[in-house]
Amino acid sequence: MAIKVEDLTYVYNAGTALEQKALDGVSFEIPDGQFVGLIGHTGSGKSTLIQHLNGLVKPTGGKIYYNGEDINGEGYSLRQLRSKVGLVFQYPEHQLFEVDVISDVCYGPRNLGLSEDEVRERAQAALRLVGMKEKYWDQSPFELSGGQKRRVAIAGVLAMNPEVLILDEPTAGLDPRGRDEILDQVRALHDARGMTIILVSHSMEDMARYAERLLVMNHGRKAFDGTPKEIFRHYRELEQMGLAAPQVTYVIHALRERGVELDEDITTVEEARDALLEALRTGRR
Amino acid sequence: MLREITIGQYYPVDSVLHRMDPRTKLFGTMVYIVSLFLADNVWCYLAAAVFLAAVIRLSHVPLSFMVRGLKAILFLLLISVSFNLFLTEGEELFRIWFLRVTREGVRMAGFMAVRLIFLVVGSSVMTLTTTPNQLTDGLEKSLGFLKKVRVPVHEMAMIMSIALRFIPILVEETDKIMKAQMARGADFESGGLVQKAKSMVPLLVPLFISAFRRATDLAMAMEARCYHGGEGRTRMKPLRYAGRDYAAYLTYAAYMGVMLALRTVF
Repeated sequence: MAIKVEDLTYVYNAGTALEQKALDGVSFEIPDGQFVGLIGHTGSGKSTLIQHLNGLVKPTGGKIYYNGEDINGEGYSLRQLRSKVGLVFQYPEHQLFEVDVISDVCYGPRNLGLSEDEVRERAQAALRLVGMKEKYWDQSPFELSGGQKRRVAIAGVLAMNPEVLILDEPTAGLDPRGRDEILDQVRALHDARGMTIILVSHSMEDMARYAERLLVMNHGRKAFDGTPKEIFRHYRELEQMGLAAPQVTYVIHALRERGVELDEDITTVEEARDALLEALRTGRR
Repeated sequence: MLREITIGQYYPVDSVLHRMDPRTKLFGTMVYIVSLFLADNVWCYLAAAVFLAAVIRLSHVPLSFMVRGLKAILFLLLISVSFNLFLTEGEELFRIWFLRVTREGVRMAGFMAVRLIFLVVGSSVMTLTTTPNQLTDGLEKSLGFLKKVRVPVHEMAMIMSIALRFIPILVEETDKIMKAQMARGADFESGGLVQKAKSMVPLLVPLFISAFRRATDLAMAMEARCYHGGEGRTRMKPLRYAGRDYAAYLTYAAYMGVMLALRTVF
């Protein structure tokens, strides 16, 4: 039981005319090493939720436990927590500030009070992890391309050696190649190091492909919680919430309606390809 | 954390006052301020209080928001009240050590306090019911005659409204960057002065970069829509007086009349 959220409520501008409930009685548990996708329409409370998970926002009501300890309890070190729960914000490249790439990545581990040698070691390891070649390390981060900037920023969080990595739309504004590279690296971190991943994304395709479990937020409440296949069965309800199922799921549903025998739980292009080839081969239609 | 700071204290509800033309409100605030300085007896202040109470009632803004502005002048209020209380010559009421309190002093101090409070609350009514942009529009139109003497009124108003528009954006941006750096273990609170100043670098550098980026973007977007200054520019929502504005001007005249009458009668 790594992260446990109990009846979490958060109200913006409490007590004024601008009062707004961003989160309303949200509860869930995320075990160690799970790859969780978090989806919801804009303003559904996803961003507020993930900021609670590393203590950047104090809940109005409810509790958050990390490894069994209340993170907003007295004497709990939020700094320690932030080194264990890494949060990569949307457009993380906007937080870069140092003169060169390596110094920027050093910022996080240095704040942890590590020795200078260890700081550098961790920064280098993190940069390798995100696939930044050594020739870039002494360049100004502002001279890099968008995708590279973002990798440097992600490395800045990874250098703190978190156990949990939360990413808020890490692929927004990237080209398809940059997007796949970043997501594949995130998956590699999950597979190789057993890191817990919480990924916020608007791409249902990415969710079907990478996530083991999906949390769906709607108007500050948890609407669904299950495997992607379970959740995409509710595609009609998802549409009501301004979301959708992956494109290929719609194709499969249309084919099923026309009498092609296919599994209704197909959510990725690869699965669809295999199932369709199979259906053609057996010639049943 | 920074979200709580409100700049331009506009309180979004619907009321006659909110719908009123900003010029009417600007003029009304001026009239009210002048009337406060004309007042020289209790009856005048009573009339001013009744007028203010009626306006607050009409604005639908809770009283707690109205008096919020008073916090800022509390110190000034205390100083001016005590100066008036202890330093006015006249008939002695009582004496604390070397400080003489006179009848005239009490009167002056009381009037001063009421005047200051009414002044602040009165202008709060305007800022609470008018968005900063409306205010700028109102000012631009009211000061339009200065264009004749080549004062760039439009440009100044444009600069002001852009600046106002950018404040909440930059506040939000600061909040975001702050959180992002805190997620990387930044500490903006503890440490000495030098330490604190140093810890601001990771906040200020990204903030400046984003401010410049936004400024260029905005300039580009304005150019793309053929903005070329105030010459020959028309408005989508031109300021036009409605019935309620004429009613307001009549009310001002009546209020001023009452004020002057009370001043001469008593």
